[in-house]
Amino acid sequence: MSEAIIVRDIRKSYGQTRAVDGVSFEVTEGEFFGILGPNGAGKTTTLEIIEGLRKPDGGEVQLLGMSPWPRHTSLLPRIGVQLQASSFFERLTAREQIRTWASLYGVSTRRADEMLELVGLTDKANTRIEKLSGGQAQRLSIACALAHDPEVVFLDEPTSGLDPQARRNLWDLLREINRQGRTVVLTTHYLDEAEALCERVAIMDRGKILQIGPPAALVRGLDAPTRISVESGTIAAHDARALAGDAEISDDGVSLTIATRDPARVLAALAERSALRGLSVRGATLEDVFLNLTGREYRDDD
Amino acid sequence: MTSKLDTPGRSVRTPAGAREATVAGLGSLSRAMALGFVRDRTAMFFTILFPLMFLVIFGLLFRDSGTSRSEIIQVGPVPVLDALPAEARAGVDEVLDIEQSDDLDAALEKVRTGDVDAAVEQRGNTVVVHYSAADPVSASTVQAILREIVQAANLAANPTPPRFTFEAQQVEDASLKPIQYLTPGLLGWAVATGAMFGAALTLVTWRQKKILRRLRLSPVSTPIVSGARIGVSIVIALVQGAIFVAVASLPVFGLRLSAYWWMAIPLLIAGTLAFLAIGQLAGSFTKTPEAASAVANLIVLPMAFLSGAFFPLQNAPSWLNTISSVLPLRHLVDGLLDVMVRGQGPAAVLPELGILLGFAVVVGAIAVALFRWDDA
Ligand SMILES: Nc1ncnc2c1ncn2[C@@H]1O[C@H](COP(=O)(O)OP(=O)(O)OP(=O)(O)O)[C@@H](O)[C@H]1O
Ligand SMILES: [Mg+2]
Repeated sequence: MSEAIIVRDIRKSYGQTRAVDGVSFEVTEGEFFGILGPNGAGKTTTLEIIEGLRKPDGGEVQLLGMSPWPRHTSLLPRIGVQLQASSFFERLTAREQIRTWASLYGVSTRRADEMLELVGLTDKANTRIEKLSGGQAQRLSIACALAHDPEVVFLDEPTSGLDPQARRNLWDLLREINRQGRTVVLTTHYLDEAEALCERVAIMDRGKILQIGPPAALVRGLDAPTRISVESGTIAAHDARALAGDAEISDDGVSLTIATRDPARVLAALAERSALRGLSVRGATLEDVFLNLTGREYRDDD
Repeated sequence: MTSKLDTPGRSVRTPAGAREATVAGLGSLSRAMALGFVRDRTAMFFTILFPLMFLVIFGLLFRDSGTSRSEIIQVGPVPVLDALPAEARAGVDEVLDIEQSDDLDAALEKVRTGDVDAAVEQRGNTVVVHYSAADPVSASTVQAILREIVQAANLAANPTPPRFTFEAQQVEDASLKPIQYLTPGLLGWAVATGAMFGAALTLVTWRQKKILRRLRLSPVSTPIVSGARIGVSIVIALVQGAIFVAVASLPVFGLRLSAYWWMAIPLLIAGTLAFLAIGQLAGSFTKTPEAASAVANLIVLPMAFLSGAFFPLQNAPSWLNTISSVLPLRHLVDGLLDVMVRGQGPAAVLPELGILLGFAVVVGAIAVALFRWDDA
C-alpha cells in the first residue's frame, strides 16, 4: 500500500495565530481518514495546505507523490474538493452548476446529471443556487467534488447543515465512494460521524494533532466508564450507588446516569429490580477521548 | 506508486480528453458568465438600458433644439426665397422662421442683440447674410441652409454652369445633427462601462464567493478564465452597438451611418479589451463588489465627460483636448465618430485601434501581475 498523502511538520500562522502548528500524518491510498476538532482547531487550514490552496510557512506535503504547491494542473483532476464555504456561480441552477464544474474536468453532462441524482437533487435541478436550502447546496457542492471521479476526495465538514436523513444518505454515499477504492479525507465537528465513517481519525486542537488512530482503539485506550441511564425516579440515587463499587451517579431530573467500568453487573442488578424504564447504555466516545486529551469538554461551538 | 486512474474503465475522463476539456471549459465558463449576466437585472439595466435611456433622452432633447427653427429677418425682397415653389417653401419654413421687414438697421440690431439668428437681404445676384459671431452654431446653421437654397436656385435657373459657385465645405460636428455625435459618444461610454464593470465585478464577486478558489483547484488555466470573460464582454459590446444603432436609426432620431460603419466592430472590440483590462485592474485592488463598482464609476464617469462621450469636444478648450488625448475612451469615441458618421475610411482609425490595443496590452499585463485567486 502506498501513501496517498504525506504531511510532514506543516506550519501556518496568521499574525499571532498559529493556525497549524507542526502537523504530521500520512493517509494510505483507499483509506477513510478524518480530522476531528472544535472550531478554530486548524482543520480547514490543514486541508487547504494539502490541497494546494495555501502555502505552508514550513513543512512538506506530498499529494499522490507530487507537491501540491505551486499549482499543478496535472495533479488537480486527480483530486476532488468540497470547500467549507460553498463556491457556486451566481444565478445558475443546480444542473447548470454541476454541468459547468463537470465540464472543466472534461466530464460529460450525462455523468453530471447522474451525480445530481445520486445526491437526491434531481427535483431541484432547475432551481437557482440562491434558492437552494443550506443542506441542498451542501449536497450539490459534494456532487461537484465527486463528478470527475477523483482518486482523493477532500470534504470539509460535508454534513454540516444536513438534516439527519440527508446525513445518513451522505454517509452511505461516502462509504460507497471509499469502498470503490478512493481515498477520502474529511473534517468534522461530529464525533459520532468520525466514529461511524473513519478508519482513522486525527484529533486536532489549537493547531496540533493530539492523537491519531482508529476511533475504536482511541476509545478503548481510554478505559473510560460506560454510562447507563434510566428514567429519573426509577431507582433512588443511594440504591444506584450501591450497585457497583466504582459507580458515579448523576441525575439531571430527566435521567439518572450511572458511570461504571463494570456495566454487566450494574445492568444485571437493574434488571433484577425491574428498574429498566427508559434504559440507555452509552460506551465511551471520542468525546471522552477529547475531554481526556484536552481536559476541556468537547463543544463544537467553542 | 499505483495510480487508480490507470485502471481501465474506472475513470470518467480520458487523457486524450484534456484538450477537449479545455475547449469545453472555455465554452461552459463563458456560458456560466453570460447566464449570470443576463439573469442579473441590475447589470442588464446599467449595461444596456441605462445608456440607451441617455440616448433616447438626449436624442429627443437635442432633436427639438437641433431642428427648432432658426429665426431670421428677411429685409426687402429676396427673390431666391420668394420664388421658391410652394413645396420647397414649406420645407424651408420647417427650419427657418422668416420674418419680413424693410428696415435693415432695425434688423441688424436684432441680430446684434440675439433676438434673431440672422438677417438676410439680396443685392442683385448676391445673397447677403448678416449674422453675429456670438452664436456661431446657429449662425452656421442659417448659413448652411441658405447656402443650400441658393445652390438649389442656381441649379433650377441654369443647370450648367452655375452662376454662383460655392466652395464645397466639409460638414463640421457643429452642424452634424445631434444624434450623429450622440450615438457614437454614448455607445463608447456604454461599451466602456459594460466592459469595465463586467471585468471588475466578475473578478471581485468570483473571488468573494470563493469561485476563484474552487477554479484554482480545477484543471482550468487562467487564460481560459480570462478568455471566457473577454469573449462574453465582446459579445455584450457588439449587442450594445447593434441596439444603439437600431434605436438611433428610428425615424424619430434619424441616425445615418456612413459607408465604413462596419469599422466600428473592430473599434468596439479593441475598446472592450482596453476597458476589460482597466476593470481587471480595478478588480485586483478592491475586495467587495460595492468597492469595485465605486472605483469603476470613479474612473469611467469623469473619463466619459472628458472624452466627448456626452458632447462634442470641438469647441472645448485646448487643455481639455490635451487631457482627453491620454484617455482611451477619447480614442474609442473619436474612432467611432470617424467611421460611423464622419464618413472616414478604415485607414483613418488605425491609430485609434493601435492606441486602444496598446492600452489593453499594457494595463492588462499589470492586471495579470496583480491577479489574486484569493483574498487571504
Ligand atoms: N485567512 C485567515 N486569516 C487569518 N486567520 C485565519 C485565516 N484562516 C484561518 N485563520 C485562523 O486560523 C485558525 C484555524 O482556522 P481553521 O479555519 O483552520 O479552523 P477549523 O478547524 O477549520 O475551524 P472550523 O471548525 O470553524 O471550520 C483560527 O483561529 C482562524 O481564526
Ligand atoms: Mg474549517
